[in-house]
Amino acid sequence: MILSLLGRLGRLWIVPVALAVWELAAREARAVYFPPPSGIALHVYELWFSGPPARLFLTDDAVAHILPSLGRLLLGWSAACLLGVVAGVALGRSARLSQYLSPLIHFARSLPPPVLLPVFLVLVGVGTPLQLAGIVFGVVWPVLINSIDGARYIDRQYLDTAQVFGLSRRERLTRVILPAAAPKIFAGLRLSVALALIMMIISELLGSTEGVGYRLLIAQSQLDILTMWAATLLLGVLGILFNAAFLAVERRVLGWHRAAL
Amino acid sequence: MLEIHNLTHTYGTGPGAHEALGGVDLKVAEGELVCIVGPSGCGKSTLLRSIAGLLRPTGGEILFQGDPVERTPDNLAVVFQDYSRSLFPWMSVADNVALPLRRKGMDGRQRRQAALDALEQVDLAGAGGKYPWELSGGMQQRASIARAIAYRPTLMLMDEPFGSVDAQTREDLEDLVLRVRAKHGMTILLITHDIDESVYVGDRVIVLSKAPAKVVSDLRVQLPGPRDQITTREHPGFVQLRAEVGRLVRGRQGQAASTG
Ligand SMILES: Nc1ncnc2c1ncn2[C@@H]1O[C@H](COP(=O)(O)OP(=O)(O)OP(=O)(O)O)[C@@H](O)[C@H]1O
Ligand SMILES: [Mg+2]
Repeated sequence: MILSLLGRLGRLWIVPVALAVWELAAREARAVYFPPPSGIALHVYELWFSGPPARLFLTDDAVAHILPSLGRLLLGWSAACLLGVVAGVALGRSARLSQYLSPLIHFARSLPPPVLLPVFLVLVGVGTPLQLAGIVFGVVWPVLINSIDGARYIDRQYLDTAQVFGLSRRERLTRVILPAAAPKIFAGLRLSVALALIMMIISELLGSTEGVGYRLLIAQSQLDILTMWAATLLLGVLGILFNAAFLAVERRVLGWHRAAL
Repeated sequence: MLEIHNLTHTYGTGPGAHEALGGVDLKVAEGELVCIVGPSGCGKSTLLRSIAGLLRPTGGEILFQGDPVERTPDNLAVVFQDYSRSLFPWMSVADNVALPLRRKGMDGRQRRQAALDALEQVDLAGAGGKYPWELSGGMQQRASIARAIAYRPTLMLMDEPFGSVDAQTREDLEDLVLRVRAKHGMTILLITHDIDESVYVGDRVIVLSKAPAKVVSDLRVQLPGPRDQITTREHPGFVQLRAEVGRLVRGRQGQAASTG
């Protein structure tokens, strides 16, 4: 246990080394566009995390931009996952339904989401609905496609067993089909985590007055290099955190799958 | 309780079609234990899947308690030949055994108890909390037998249920099947490739021909007293019947080898 932890930490030696090299190189270069990591970290702290303790150290800027972004990210991602899994399992189990809808799905999923944002703008207006629509549309496809796949190719013998022992439709769905499709579904969900973060930013570049993406846009227009780097760093850290949280959940839910291989 | 008339089944169509069942006729009375033997690949599993309503045969008729089998009849359990893919790997062994019992109107505690009882009968008392993939092949096979036993079906279909267990366990399981049948009055259809086993546990032994399968012979097993692994197997009637079944099966296998 301790050994494996040390082993894992051991492999992280590359991180401080890279930071140190970056720091030295940036100090040497003295270029405005290439600030040292210590400067970026300090700026992140001052800009977002130096607020009062009662507000969990969040500054006004953090409350105004990071929180709305995160809220929309979580809401949009959850909605997309729910939609993707429910529709995917229904399509995967019904050959007729998927026959009708699959051309439509393949057309829709090949549209690049950023291109569709102006269309959504016309449809749902500016602000949070637009961002949510962007995130949902950008994220739902891998979940949907993988759920269809997972629900369609279920071992015959599992279904035969369910039929012979007279499982109800509900038991068949919750105790057989969903668990059997879960490895595929989770593969789709994992892709969607990374996509959601990207869509969170992209969807805020249009018709938005708040959010990390919007903040990035402002910083860009003001040539506020430090804030641009700060937002980049924040996104990187968020990406790592979400992925780690997702993997923890996956390990719990799919423990049987890993072990059974 | 079970009547099969001129059952035929052909897999596929056109030149690649394979005729698995070539007109099977069979009647099974309530409470009987009927063994089916036949060469490998002759269509035994196909026959069983048709009875279970898992496969729509291309011809003929199956009546279960007088009604044609359209879907899986109620109160029917199957021990599948491929037991490893029949237990669900995402739930514990006890949950696997208990899962079908909900429709029997048992509450959670009763289901659990029934599952543990059945597991104990197949000598898996300690394995309820494990996952199927933590068990050996023979243990998985016994777990799937336990699931069928706990379900208390009126008709139990068993497809080579003792294929992966050692000789001693196999004898124990044969006796278990006999006990369960006596106690709960089930009708059992048991497919096996072990000729001794078919004569030992069966009231009747049905010998199938090579594909397309037909009933070659329907032998009634008449042995005195309750079956006993030692004395029954040395009884002259047993020895004679075993030889007869062996000849019937082997004769057909010889042909299968020369044509197949
Ligand atoms: N789904 C299928 N599609 C096409 N052919 C099949 C299918 N299932 C079985 N068969 C063929 O039908 C024949 C009978 O198969 P079946 O599984 O019923 O044999 P079996 O008597 O149970 O054999 P074994 O003793 O080896 O289990 C075999 O030749 C097999 O190749
Ligand atoms: Mg078979």
